[in-house]
Amino acid sequence: MNRILIVAEHAGGMLNAAVAKCVSCAASVPDAEITIAVFAADGAAVAQAAASIMGVARVLLVDHAANEPALAAVLAPQVARLAEGHSHVFGPSTTFGKDLMPRVAALLDAAHVSDVMSVESAQRFRRPVYAGNAIVTVEAAAGEPIVATVRVASYQPAAQGGSAKIESVKLDLAPPTHTRFVSVSAARSDRPDLQTASRVVSGGRALGSVENFALIQGLADRIGAAIGASRAAVDAGYAPNELQVGQTGKIIAPELYIAIGISGAIQHLTGIKDARTIVAINKDAEAPIFEVADYGLVGDLFALIPEIEKNL
Amino acid sequence: MRRILVGIKRVIDYNVRIRVRPDGSGVVTDGVKMSINPFDEIALEEALRIKERGDADEVVAVGLGPDDTQQQLRTALAMGADRAILVRTDLAVEPPVVARVMLKLIQTESPIMVILGKQAIDDDCNQVGQMLAAIWNRPQATCASKVVIEGGKARVTREVDAGLETIEVDLPAVLTADLRLNEPRYVKLPDIMKAKKKPLDITDLATIGVEATPRLKILKYEPPQQRQKGVIVKDAAELVAALRQKGLV
Ligand SMILES: Cc1cc2nc3c(=O)[nH]c(=O)nc-3n(C[C@H](O)[C@H](O)[C@H](O)COP(=O)(O)OP(=O)(O)OC[C@H]3O[C@@H](n4cnc5c(N)ncnc54)[C@H](O)[C@@H]3O)c2cc1C
Repeated sequence: MNRILIVAEHAGGMLNAAVAKCVSCAASVPDAEITIAVFAADGAAVAQAAASIMGVARVLLVDHAANEPALAAVLAPQVARLAEGHSHVFGPSTTFGKDLMPRVAALLDAAHVSDVMSVESAQRFRRPVYAGNAIVTVEAAAGEPIVATVRVASYQPAAQGGSAKIESVKLDLAPPTHTRFVSVSAARSDRPDLQTASRVVSGGRALGSVENFALIQGLADRIGAAIGASRAAVDAGYAPNELQVGQTGKIIAPELYIAIGISGAIQHLTGIKDARTIVAINKDAEAPIFEVADYGLVGDLFALIPEIEKNL
Repeated sequence: MRRILVGIKRVIDYNVRIRVRPDGSGVVTDGVKMSINPFDEIALEEALRIKERGDADEVVAVGLGPDDTQQQLRTALAMGADRAILVRTDLAVEPPVVARVMLKLIQTESPIMVILGKQAIDDDCNQVGQMLAAIWNRPQATCASKVVIEGGKARVTREVDAGLETIEVDLPAVLTADLRLNEPRYVKLPDIMKAKKKPLDITDLATIGVEATPRLKILKYEPPQQRQKGVIVKDAAELVAALRQKGLV
């Protein structure tokens, strides 16, 4: 039996959609028994949501005032404690999971696999390296604890309809005080979330200004898409950092990805490899983005975006 | 002395087109340009700026890797690091090993801060900083895009999925650099000459007492699945028609 503990990411009382994808990954480990751990200040609602994911055997709820907002240094010792008796500990490869899971792995002296894209056996996993330009198969020694982050773009969310039992757990651990949360500035928007959207419209350096970037927003709103951006567009301040797509931004897998005025650097392409359909709009017919695009349209984006909107 | 340790990894330059060896044993490295991991360059730049602002006295660049890593450490010295340490090994070292090496050096160097890149662009692990903070039992501030030092504390703005998060950590602490933390300076020729006279100490894993036992066996490298090249449509109308037919708009 492989006993897998999944660390739940959540915010504002909502379970992150990445958790159900971690469950899918965990369920592909042979003979898996899946537990979700919720660390929260008052996590009843989040635990309920976790318990309703199919395939989950139980949910452990650890309520403590210090657990929200989540800080890796505060959560890691608690995760390590709950990990006792588990063969694997999984978390999403989001900024939350990437911050937390290596700290957990070090505390447990476990093998740590980042960005699992497929499970080959209980010890064997495939993961991308070199910005996705190579895939490695890695194997941990049998019997060793394994901590992993799950590349969420590689998995579909597990279905709803489960009814795992929820247990409250008290851990007698004094949270460290050397790390303190100050603030988070999250742009609230009514647009679909970049990470889970089925359609994404992304803009690059070619947009040239914040004002022009509104063209991307306009098209996105017309088709109900989330907005993305290349690093160059974020660096130039046309779009906020959380919209960056790529090796060091978000790795996404929408049904439709429209790249506008983006050249298609490998660091960008690695973020969209799993998109179902890619559309590229670029005035340079030689731009590398056309190598991966299902539909390419060569021309000036400032003329083409209005044209597209007219045809919708 | 208020000292900052910075990790410098030698990696294949980010502009090189990566090719997997036909036998699956790794990627092609012969005759390929090697550079400082871009995130480490940003980490070093930040350490230099902290020193220039008067919040630190010395910046030490630490490399772990083959003999040739000296090239990257010389570049780090040319950028402005005061001295460098190379911990030599020809083995491929995993993040936990790097963390243990850094911890050993922390014990002799007593830094106020360790700044690393958030990830290396070869293995893309994004692990070392967090692991080091854990075994050092100190705070971590990963994916930093802004750092302010004040009275034994660092206020760090982090790039997170939701946007920007700010945390405060007591020093000493481990920071990892994200892309927008700063723009690394260009190295000027006189600096390269000056760097040749700066100290670069060479030691090895055995001497500092860290074993490089791998936790993960790499069974094989494969090229990723290639996407099929699609079609070029002639105008916006044809594009919209194609997407509509697929039910995408
Ligand atoms: C360590 C590292 C990590 C990185 N991580 C990321 C990452 O996560 N995500 C990312 O995106 N990048 C990343 N990059 C940067 C990447 O290498 C590229 O520099 C970046 O993606 C380029 O952005 P761009 O395509 O918008 O700009 P450019 O490469 O400048 O491309 C602009 C494109 O717009 C086209 N264009 C110009 N005007 C018009 C017009 N009027 N109409 C139509 N087309 C036009 C041009 O032909 C060109 O192809 C990373 C780089 C490094 C070194």
